[in-house]
Amino acid sequence: MDYLQTVDWSRAQFAMTAVYHWFFVPLTLGLSVLAAIMETLYYRTGDVFWRRTTRFWMRLFGINFAIGVATGLILEFEFGTNWSNYSHFVGDIFGAPLAIEGIMAFFLESTFIAVMFFGWDKVSRGAHLAATWLTAVGANLSALWILVANAWMQYPVGCRFNLQTVRNEMTSFWEVALSPVAVNKFFHAVASSFVLAALFVVGVSAWYLLRRREERMARGSIAIASFFGAVFAVVTAVTGDRSGAVVARVQPMKLAAMEALYDGEAGASLTVVGLLRRDRADDDGPFRFRIGIPKLLSWMSFRDAESYVPGIRDLVAGNAERGILSAEEMMARGRKAVAELGRYRAAREAGDRAAMAAVERKFDPAAPEGEEFLREYFAYFGYGYLESPAQTVPNVPLLFYSFRVMVGAGVFFIVLLAAVWWLNRRGTLASARWLLRLCVWMIPVAYLASQAGWAVAEAGRQPWAVQNLMPVGVAASKIPSASVGTTFFLFLALFTVLLAVEISILLRQIRLGPDGAEIPEPEKL
Amino acid sequence: MFPTLRCIVRFYAEGFRSMTALGRTLWIVVLVKLFVMFAVLKLFFFPDFLAGKSDGERAAYVLEELTDGGA
Repeated sequence: MDYLQTVDWSRAQFAMTAVYHWFFVPLTLGLSVLAAIMETLYYRTGDVFWRRTTRFWMRLFGINFAIGVATGLILEFEFGTNWSNYSHFVGDIFGAPLAIEGIMAFFLESTFIAVMFFGWDKVSRGAHLAATWLTAVGANLSALWILVANAWMQYPVGCRFNLQTVRNEMTSFWEVALSPVAVNKFFHAVASSFVLAALFVVGVSAWYLLRRREERMARGSIAIASFFGAVFAVVTAVTGDRSGAVVARVQPMKLAAMEALYDGEAGASLTVVGLLRRDRADDDGPFRFRIGIPKLLSWMSFRDAESYVPGIRDLVAGNAERGILSAEEMMARGRKAVAELGRYRAAREAGDRAAMAAVERKFDPAAPEGEEFLREYFAYFGYGYLESPAQTVPNVPLLFYSFRVMVGAGVFFIVLLAAVWWLNRRGTLASARWLLRLCVWMIPVAYLASQAGWAVAEAGRQPWAVQNLMPVGVAASKIPSASVGTTFFLFLALFTVLLAVEISILLRQIRLGPDGAEIPEPEKL
Repeated sequence: MFPTLRCIVRFYAEGFRSMTALGRTLWIVVLVKLFVMFAVLKLFFFPDFLAGKSDGERAAYVLEELTDGGA
């Protein structure tokens, strides 16, 4: 009982830490690039207006970077403390991308950020510009390696389980780094971060326009950020679509839960908006009301409008006609794989080398019986720990609504940013005050959409820590739930203070403006 | 090599010396945060669960966990 509570507390603690960490990351990724673009304009034109504008946005970037830096380290601490079985099991596959992130990207970012802030008028304009771009590249490379590690949890490829060390070992770095999940995840997460940063710049600039302050800087910033944001909002939509197609193949339960699709169908429609019933087993179906686009889910999943998209019931009970194994069958196969591991442990403890060698052959992909065992049984290893097929179903309402918040907001951002760019270009944006107010309010909405995206990705992976191989219940360390609960509130307090400090410093700097001068009587919004 | 090193040191020293009030505030936040993370949280709340075990002992421990069935 205590252990189950530990798992829940550990999950809550990790989720809370990740949510707070992600408040800082996307703005760092996007604002570094936007500042670099603005500085490029200064470099090319020599116009000091762009230097002043760059320095203002760079200052806001610096605040976000300084407050957010190293918050991700707490996640790495938690791997060792709360998820020690997981950390050992995933071994170097997870460790290698994180090590590359630490050595290469973080040091690149940290080295050049000093030149970026201290180097104005001390190094040449070209060298300063290079440092700014290298800071942006370093920040985004950091994200690459973290996302590669995360993608492996969703789609564990390029590895082999080593029976002696009881850990997975990398067999192909490129298979891990360039898996379709990793590639789509990187471009989707980075592009969406660029959109968030663009909305931040547009929102802050809109606030200046509403107050009739810094109008040239605001219009210039909006011209760049709205165009940049609109382009990357489209890239986010395209990569999101590609991610959906990959999820349909490698995590079909996640897709079914995102769509609240209980019964699979050919020519499945995509739900645009819907309200779920409380009782999902209701004979009237899972929706109170629903508006869908016919055949679109099938097309987006398999690029064929008539293709069959399996539902939650297909994936739990199985569908022989469609070649889908039941969860019961996968659990039986998983238990057999776990039992083989138990045989190996017993043989090792008894010093029975012949019995150990027999099990080792089953885990050896080069041996004939190994190839079959790994494909037919070890591929379902994690199912061996589940107690009921219902455990394979993630939280459907959370996924369904989070997905619609993310996609709905994303589509709206494309329209909004395009409209803002167009009106700004025509010189009529300043008079559309309702639109300027909307832009200010879109800053928190961008954060909400970004967090909703992670809720879809991570809550949709449940019950797995590593898809099909390790459920969260087995991944967690057996530590007292009281201590995990205590640290949960400790981190909650720490991160809340950090976030409050960041928001207060950011707001003060925005009020001060690029020259650091307070405006005596600010006009109300 | 030494003149280059001296230049780099001077660059950083001047950078820190001419830092604005905002820069100083941010450095204080960073240092306090790192202190809390490494001197308080890491020491008292994040002992490495498998620390002190050899590779073989770690493998044996996790093998036991995996074959005893977790949750």
